[in-house]
Amino acid sequence: MTVDAVLDTVAGVCLVAGALLSLAAGIALVRFPDVLSRMHAAAKPQVLGLLLVLLGCALRLRSGVDVTTLVLVGMFQLATAPVAAHMVGRAAYPHHDIRRDLLVTDELAGDLDRLRARRTGGPEGAASRTAVGTPGPASGR
Amino acid sequence: MTVVAVIVTALLTVAGGLTLVRIIRGPSILDRAVATDVLLAVAVAAIATEAAYSRDATALPVLVVLAIVGFVGSVSVARFAARRDPK
Repeated sequence: MTVDAVLDTVAGVCLVAGALLSLAAGIALVRFPDVLSRMHAAAKPQVLGLLLVLLGCALRLRSGVDVTTLVLVGMFQLATAPVAAHMVGRAAYPHHDIRRDLLVTDELAGDLDRLRARRTGGPEGAASRTAVGTPGPASGR
Repeated sequence: MTVVAVIVTALLTVAGGLTLVRIIRGPSILDRAVATDVLLAVAVAAIATEAAYSRDATALPVLVVLAIVGFVGSVSVARFAARRDPK
């Protein structure tokens, strides 16, 4: 087997694995019960699946400019996917869309209780916490 | 490589269809935002697979644009949904 054939085979395996992760996310999106668990499943093709597909594409193209572009796409996705998931999770929390009976531990609830206690205690601490920019669920709306 | 292309096309088609089901049925706007992100990841995978299959790098800038647009879209939907009055 030549080097080219080996590289193409590895690229094919990477592409199929990435597509399988996308399929898993699609099935999970239909079957999972609430926003948080669907988000957990949706992050897999966005990070690992995409990296595998980009790796397969880079192994197939094998030129410097193309590999640089693919690395750029992968790094951008790695940087932005957690931010987007965090914002969606924060937005989903105060609504009734999430199943609280499925949560093993609810760490944000403790934080919100502390925040509420501080707000009733003194207005300065609450003002500095809500001015951070993330529209927290307990920001007094 | 043709076998790989056929397999990947079939898998991504099923994944995109299931994602569309969630976009249509999703009870809240956040479900739809998450499902749209997955649909975008499926589209990126499809375009990258096409580029790998034909050894043609023309479509690679589209991947950069899609990654940026997906991030901006889901963040703006999340900010919009957070501004609603909580029940």
